[in-house]
Amino acid sequence: MRETATTLAAQVRSGERSARDVVEEALAAVASDDGDLNAFLSLLEDEARAGADAVDAAVAAGRDPGSLAGVPVALKDNLCTRGAVTTCGSKILEGWRPPYDATVVDLLRRAGAIALGKTNMDEFAMGSSTENSAFGATRNPRHTGKVPGGSSGGSAAAVAAGFTPLALGSDTGGSIRQPAALCGVVGMKPTYGRVSRYGLVAFASSLDQIGPFAATVEDAALLFDVLAGYDPLDSTSLPSVPEPTLATLHEGVEGIRVGLCRDLVDGCAADVVARVQEAADALAGAGARVEDVSVPEFGYGLSAYYLIAPAEASSNLARYDGVRYGLRVDAEDVASMNTATRTAGFGAEVKRRIMLGTYALSAGYYDAYYAQAQRVRTLVMQAFDRAYSSYDVLLGATAPTTAFDVGAKVDVPMAMYVNDVCTIPSNLSGHPAVSVPFGTGADGLPVGVQVLAPALQEALLFRVAQVVEAFAP
Amino acid sequence: MSDIEWEMVIGLEVHCELQTTTKLFCGCRNAFGDEPNVNICPTCLGLPGSLPVLNEQAVEFAMRIGAALHCDIRPSEFSRKNYFYPDQAKDYQISQYDLPLNANGWLELPDGFRVGVTRAHMEEDTGKLTHIGASGRINAALHALVDYNRSGVPLVEIVSEPDIRTAGQARAYASELRGILVATGASDGRMEEGSMRVDANVSVRPVGTDAFGTRCEIKNLNSLRSLVRAIEYEATRQIALVESGGTVVQETRHWDESAGRTDSMRSKEEANDYRYFPEPDLVPLAPDAAWQEKVRTGLGAMPADRRSVLVSGLGGTPTDAEKDQIHAVVDLGLDGLVTAAAETGVPVTLALARAANEAAAQSEAALRLDPETFASTLMLESGGQLSATQSKAVLGALLERGGGDPAVIAKEMGFEALSSDTLGAVLDEIIAAHTEEWARFLDGEDKLMGFFTREVMQATAGKANGKEVAAELRSRGG
Repeated sequence: MRETATTLAAQVRSGERSARDVVEEALAAVASDDGDLNAFLSLLEDEARAGADAVDAAVAAGRDPGSLAGVPVALKDNLCTRGAVTTCGSKILEGWRPPYDATVVDLLRRAGAIALGKTNMDEFAMGSSTENSAFGATRNPRHTGKVPGGSSGGSAAAVAAGFTPLALGSDTGGSIRQPAALCGVVGMKPTYGRVSRYGLVAFASSLDQIGPFAATVEDAALLFDVLAGYDPLDSTSLPSVPEPTLATLHEGVEGIRVGLCRDLVDGCAADVVARVQEAADALAGAGARVEDVSVPEFGYGLSAYYLIAPAEASSNLARYDGVRYGLRVDAEDVASMNTATRTAGFGAEVKRRIMLGTYALSAGYYDAYYAQAQRVRTLVMQAFDRAYSSYDVLLGATAPTTAFDVGAKVDVPMAMYVNDVCTIPSNLSGHPAVSVPFGTGADGLPVGVQVLAPALQEALLFRVAQVVEAFAP
Repeated sequence: MSDIEWEMVIGLEVHCELQTTTKLFCGCRNAFGDEPNVNICPTCLGLPGSLPVLNEQAVEFAMRIGAALHCDIRPSEFSRKNYFYPDQAKDYQISQYDLPLNANGWLELPDGFRVGVTRAHMEEDTGKLTHIGASGRINAALHALVDYNRSGVPLVEIVSEPDIRTAGQARAYASELRGILVATGASDGRMEEGSMRVDANVSVRPVGTDAFGTRCEIKNLNSLRSLVRAIEYEATRQIALVESGGTVVQETRHWDESAGRTDSMRSKEEANDYRYFPEPDLVPLAPDAAWQEKVRTGLGAMPADRRSVLVSGLGGTPTDAEKDQIHAVVDLGLDGLVTAAAETGVPVTLALARAANEAAAQSEAALRLDPETFASTLMLESGGQLSATQSKAVLGALLERGGGDPAVIAKEMGFEALSSDTLGAVLDEIIAAHTEEWARFLDGEDKLMGFFTREVMQATAGKANGKEVAAELRSRGG
């Protein structure tokens, strides 16, 4: 399926094409081509067909079928889907069927979108290659010897492979933007609190945010506009009413002040640096005022992140204890059962982060690790504020390199963690950012350019991204 | 034997369940005694992806408790207390740690002694485990059943300063606190249903010294009686231990009510490091000045104030027996009956006695009884239309039925006033038996009116109507 979501929705809304036909085509493509990629962990075939028929019925009856009428969407498997298996890529949740839908799943349905299936991911969103899934790695559709990035690798691959024009992922330290960059699609992390987290299985609650994948910036904006808004079920949800970003998407960058953030560029591979510079030049050519800016505090982001995220994860993942749902490995008493279940159910990376986080929160270490990391987080936020007093948006790389070989980094945690160095600052600050495909590296694989904007400036973010996309080689 | 005179140092931690309509972080019903696992949802079951949303009514109730305990109500936040336990749906409890909602208050005991209140913070309750197996204790259970109806029920934990020095003071504190909780409307304060749970931190030290001894925390105190017994047992144990050259180990101890002793629970407790950190799923809680003011001004009279009202009603010098009655009546929340009756002209002593005895014996029903009904029953008694015995019987019937017209009930029970013919005949007999008094009465000695009225009442077992007796006496020339 190569049509954009915008086109498909228009066709379905006008009756030119049935939603059912769109869904059948998508299901057929997955059946034929996903064997090699492993983008999907499960398909929602019956629900998708029923949803498509409902959209077609609405069109036939002259009712508004919604802005995403008939558009298939892939859901990262950490988004709860009522009655449908939701695993988070973990054995510990194998076969678990939530009794409720995530708010974003509900919003998609109301907009006429069709949830096609659940996509593969690093276990509990911990990873940057989708190799940490308990259900096998996902391959990069651009080159199946390469990883798709992660943790939302399945969603990025589903869009890159053309299975669905849209997908949802979650981004805790770059888990939407980095796989988007490696797979050559658009991936966007909204402002923290702009999209409800209700029904997103938590990794690190203060950093997690759901966001869109799409083949084009326009499609990403279309999907974002459906997701954005206040949700009373999420206490961290922002009450302000979002402005539709599509309305201003094509207003260009004349006079926009762009800070080319050296700290998000200079450590990257030469081919990545070159593409980011070309994107900056393109923006300047389109009328933006582009200057280099240095935000050295971003350099501390990675360390702070790898204390805060594991600390929260160590608490969020405590509930997988074998008592109520998911895997249970029986043992002679409750504590042994908890231990046996968690030993068997969690993969190595999840265990590593639970231990890191438990340590960081322990009596006697809290101030030196967790509290210190929170102070660094404040520093990073202040650094952003300072940068945004001079610039409307920042520009940088999304990932330091193009997609790497399957297996290359899976046994070297630090090498894997460094993939997130350019994306983490936005998670720490809660600000929105988007990765836009911009040409290829020396190996012919996609490069992503990252645009960053202040809190709640998603409209501006997409506007700049639209120009970057327009000038992409 | 040692010559050292010891004193106890006691601090109490009281958990009370708030009687909100719904739970602390979800919309599930907050109810006691329902079928297991009916009031549950993704949030209070801690299902993956669920999120907490703070209940405004719970905050209001917690603020009422803080205000009633003279606490500062402050900007606060929620934290996670991490520990694994099967009744803990998320394997962490959302509580308040370094920034509690209420802090720095005090509670005044009836004798005027003030106990400091360190903090009164909000947290969620756990589910309830039932261990199936030999002893009912977790280590020996064959299996366990978990009821998550209680999971996420709002609690306020009230932590006292270690200001308490005797088991009796501890009892008075718990009892007074219970009265305050009920008076705020925030909690029903029922220890037997677990809606108020008291843990005691007990240590001992030689009288005259300032340093604290090593304390033990005593759990499983299900009544005020247990509280007193457990503290006395524990202090005695610690003193004996120290005097014999041993040292007290800081630990949590379980009160065994039937054996009358405390046992160490430390095997389970000692390894706990709760790894508190700010709850990222909730935003800070900082009730504004207007809300605080609304709570403070909306607070009803506290037990101490209500006791003073009754003391004043008795002219300010109650007997010891009346003091006990006042305590009982205020503790049960029945003082409204007394004041309502007093306002209609019933003597306070009578109203207090009926409230502290007959009404208190059926306190649940008495709380539902219309104060006017209570008052009009006692008017019949004080006016002489009902004898004391009859009045108690009518009151009993009213409480059983949940209300009614006391005059109608009195009639049903055969306590009707006598006909004037019968009254005349009775009076004839009394006059015949007291000719001297009757002559004095006819001569204008008016105080004998009371004498003859009492005689008639006695002769008729209270069935005579006081007003009719008076009318009859006047008509005969008195």
